[in-house]
Amino acid sequence: MTATLQVENLETQFPTRDGIVRAVDGVSFSVDAGEILGLVGESGSGKSITGFTILGLIDPPGRIANGSVKFKGEELTTASPERLRSLRGSRIAMIFQDPMMTLNPVLRVDTQMIETVQAHEKVSEKAARARCIETLQSVGIAAPEDRLKSYPHQFSGGMRQRIAIATALLHKPDLIIADEPTTALDVTIQGQILYEMRKLCRDTGTALIWITHDLSVVAGLADRIMVMYAGKIVETGAIDTVIERPQHPYTRGLIGSVPGAMPRGKRLFQIPGMAPAPLNLPPGCRFKARCSRADAVCDTMPELLELNPGHRARCHHPFDAKPLSPAEVVS
Amino acid sequence: MAVMSVLVFVGIYMIGDPLAILVSPEATELDREAIAKSLGLDRPMWEQYLTFVTSALQGNFGKSFVFGQPAINLILERMPATLELALIATFMSVVIGVPLGLYAGLRHETVAARAIMAGSVLGFSLPNFWVGLMLIMVFAVQLGWLPASGRGPTMEVLGIHVSFLSLTGWKYLALPALTLGLSKCALIIRLARATAREVMLMDYVKFARAKGLSEKRVIGVHILKNIMVPITTVTGLELGSLIAFAVITETIFSWPGMGKLLIDSIVHLDRPVVVAYLIVVVFLLVIISLIVDILYSVLDPRVRLGEAK
Repeated sequence: MTATLQVENLETQFPTRDGIVRAVDGVSFSVDAGEILGLVGESGSGKSITGFTILGLIDPPGRIANGSVKFKGEELTTASPERLRSLRGSRIAMIFQDPMMTLNPVLRVDTQMIETVQAHEKVSEKAARARCIETLQSVGIAAPEDRLKSYPHQFSGGMRQRIAIATALLHKPDLIIADEPTTALDVTIQGQILYEMRKLCRDTGTALIWITHDLSVVAGLADRIMVMYAGKIVETGAIDTVIERPQHPYTRGLIGSVPGAMPRGKRLFQIPGMAPAPLNLPPGCRFKARCSRADAVCDTMPELLELNPGHRARCHHPFDAKPLSPAEVVS
Repeated sequence: MAVMSVLVFVGIYMIGDPLAILVSPEATELDREAIAKSLGLDRPMWEQYLTFVTSALQGNFGKSFVFGQPAINLILERMPATLELALIATFMSVVIGVPLGLYAGLRHETVAARAIMAGSVLGFSLPNFWVGLMLIMVFAVQLGWLPASGRGPTMEVLGIHVSFLSLTGWKYLALPALTLGLSKCALIIRLARATAREVMLMDYVKFARAKGLSEKRVIGVHILKNIMVPITTVTGLELGSLIAFAVITETIFSWPGMGKLLIDSIVHLDRPVVVAYLIVVVFLLVIISLIVDILYSVLDPRVRLGEAK
């Protein structure tokens, strides 16, 4: 069976006055139907750009410099704009980070949802409206007939995100790319939405890429995890393996900085330093300047090596594949 | 409007003595006094103002010193011509300005976009009277396509004389409307471009694309509806100033509107007409801003009142 999404050696670049920014630099991964992939990284690591690249929504002058994106076997990097448009919103949907900004403030919710239905299928407005009502109901919005006639500002943030999710679900897509959709929400609502999204993927076989900077969100949601740093994948594997036995020092640092990983009262772990400037990436391992284990070998770029079955890390000095104890995190 | 009436009244009182112009130099001192008495100019200023306010409230703005007709009638007679000119100039500037500005905003790095922006700088900086004269030179004198002055024959609709219903009417309208609309058009181009560049970066535009909408719908609905909010505001304000101060253009093209009347009245120190004119203009501005506010709530649901749940 072909994977729902197969990304090979993807490179997205933004030419700027001072040089080329390699936002996504040789990223490869795949997602199967019904699978949830957590894509983790800090701001500027290229995780959101990866999502937009898949959809063909990179703002000029950004461009895909290399690599391939195959959606159910179909190459997207060379597809026509019209083909991409017909896939967007119907087969591949995206949910954005800030629900306050994703709905157009001057258009009614029904306008914004019905246009999505009609962009891909020739259906009457009545049939489209019925579909919107049904979908809104499925994401837990009460009295959808009335709510459809409202404007976005009449909804709370959580409700707006549900509307955005419902909009993404209108055509029962095969792949959903969710770009930190719960970051701006209350923790209680975040929990509900996570639960519903997980259930949805299991029930419908939709593949989900969940982009986030919050490891604790992904830990309870994803099947597999992929950690990005400065445009490159540094570690990938099954969620439990990576969380319990991280091999890359960066992943280890991320886990150590989540509240709860450390004994109560102790200072949270901080990764020293800052992410490298995207225009001025150091040769070799991009994390070496912040890494306690770095030495001369790290001046060459390490490969993404499989150290245990299904668990790969890009490091010359990976940690042992044994469970992490709190004491080790600090060392 | 009350404040306005005081300001205008005092202002015009200070400017000069209308008697000096109205009365011929050969007239005797007795004649002068008789005329002053008949026009009520012999009484002190505050008394003149009180008389003015009480009669103005009854709809009587006094008689023109020069024409001997009620001032308000003189103005209302000429208002349709000015309104028509200003409305058509505004309409032209929006219809031309919004698409050009939108294009310049969306494709801001193209040569065409830069040409539009350069053109808008010209539209801004060329003085009105010069543009008017150049247009007359080219289209009326050199090419002879369009008439250089006047309003030509008008048609009567509901008792109002209008030009825009006939082709000849349009020929007379074209040059003054173009002159008047040019700088407004430049303003709207710049505004549309700036807001379009701002709106196109918003998440909801990206989300609209991610929903698979066609580019036509993303631009024509999602972006356009958002940029129309500031454009409506500015257009309303500019329409007011066009109506009030179309003076120069009307003078150049001998357009029989209110602006020309104002200039003539100021020259003759025809106080009742000037005062009545400014009151009418203030009234129009109030009406226009009311209309803009109503349009605003149609365009932007967030400013609607009494709907918050």
